[in-house]
Amino acid sequence: MSTTETTASGIGPVEGAPGYSVENPAPVIEAPRKRTKKTPKSTRGNFEMYGWLFMRLSGVVLVVLVLGHLLIQLVLDGGVSKVGFAFVAGRWASPWWQVWDLLMLWLAMLHGCNGLRTVINDYAERANTRLWLKALLYTATVWTILLGTLVIFTFDPNIR
Amino acid sequence: MATPVLDKEEAAGKPEPGFADSPYITVTFRVRRFNPEVSAEATWEDFQLEIDPKERVLDGLHKIKWDLDGTLTFRRSCAHGICGSDAMRINGKNRLACKTLIKDINPEKPITVEPIKGLTVLKDLVVDMDPFFQAYRDVMPFLVTKDTNEPTRERLQSAEDRARFDDTTKCILCAACTSSCPVFWNDGQYFGPAAIVNAHRFIFDSRDEAGEQRLEILNDKDGVWRCRTTFNCTDACPRGIEVTKAIAEVKRALITRRF
Ligand code: HEM
Ligand code: SF4
Ligand code: FES
Repeated sequence: MSTTETTASGIGPVEGAPGYSVENPAPVIEAPRKRTKKTPKSTRGNFEMYGWLFMRLSGVVLVVLVLGHLLIQLVLDGGVSKVGFAFVAGRWASPWWQVWDLLMLWLAMLHGCNGLRTVINDYAERANTRLWLKALLYTATVWTILLGTLVIFTFDPNIR
Repeated sequence: MATPVLDKEEAAGKPEPGFADSPYITVTFRVRRFNPEVSAEATWEDFQLEIDPKERVLDGLHKIKWDLDGTLTFRRSCAHGICGSDAMRINGKNRLACKTLIKDINPEKPITVEPIKGLTVLKDLVVDMDPFFQAYRDVMPFLVTKDTNEPTRERLQSAEDRARFDDTTKCILCAACTSSCPVFWNDGQYFGPAAIVNAHRFIFDSRDEAGEQRLEILNDKDGVWRCRTTFNCTDACPRGIEVTKAIAEVKRALITRRF
């Protein structure tokens, strides 16, 4: 690799990045990950299809549940100032609102979890980053669902 | 000496002919350069060109390569929008250099020209297309029939059946769509819009018998379900194919065949 050779070919050495030549080229600019013949083939069956369907179906149900929830909590009957222990206790005395909240909890958590799983798949580059972000996500999701379900079923209005 | 025509022009107070009524304007091409034999860094390089605004970006690149800097490297073959080799990122959008007129992309400002994204840059505007064509090959882009004998006559098809997949027959495999897709940018594992378009072309062809097989291939975790309906592919396609719609039709076919 002689600099005279590269200069003779009309390509001068670039300031601050010497040493690259025809014999000693720099690494090419790689795409983050590449699809090759060796890309592992999936064995996950229809999981992604059901995931995709679930996002749309749960979304439709969530429109009713979430908007209804926001309306009741924040708009109707004096707005947010009415919300307190007594208000919550009153609503959860009825199985209707128990089921409403339970369904909303499960659907929103699973919907949000699957949505964030998609985001992690789309944006995390390294396999390890993906693994840890997803582990964190699944832990938080399972924890929140279990805790919420427990509260809805064991809520005691006569506490204290 | 002066011809009547010249007299008239002088009378009208026009400046000297030959320069002022020249269609040529000065345009700056800002090209993303990368040469691994010189530097590991990619850099922007500006070129000033005299060019007719009715010419195309490809003509500008030719002027640079032929008159200013012979080291500029890019792909092109047909120069008429049919071979699909000169897809590049022009002013931030994926287009064919041979179908983009200078006047249509605001020549007042520097025109940026970069390689398409999500594929390994080899030199200047040339990228490694292998992963793109690997995804294409994976969907079996050829007619598959059960009878193994050589056909003795044409495989006939009604006009309606032919119209069903007409849109996706127009693809020239330029990769403008796949390399405009944000899912593909970070995650080169996704099949990408172009592979799905070319699977669509056979899945909905009444003469083909491997539709089920192709649907199963695209049911992969890196198949159609990774599409986020961004519509970048539809915007990018130089053939005007409704790419996102084709992807949606494949999704629907996957769901309806099961329920
Ligand atoms: C109010 C009614 C809702 C509807 C109609 C709805 C609908 C959808 C749909 C269809 C998707 C899929 C998008 C895609 O595949 O490209 C999605 C994604 C997502 N949703 Fe919802 N959703 C709703 C509520 C919620 C709630 C309450 C949460 C949070 C708990 C949430 C969090 C997410 C997340 C994180 C994503 C992933 C974002 C993405 O893929 O770009 N959504 N939503
Ligand atoms: S669908 Fe359009 S943008 Fe995509 S490869 Fe084919 S011609 Fe190019
Ligand atoms: S050079 Fe063939 S499509 Fe542009």
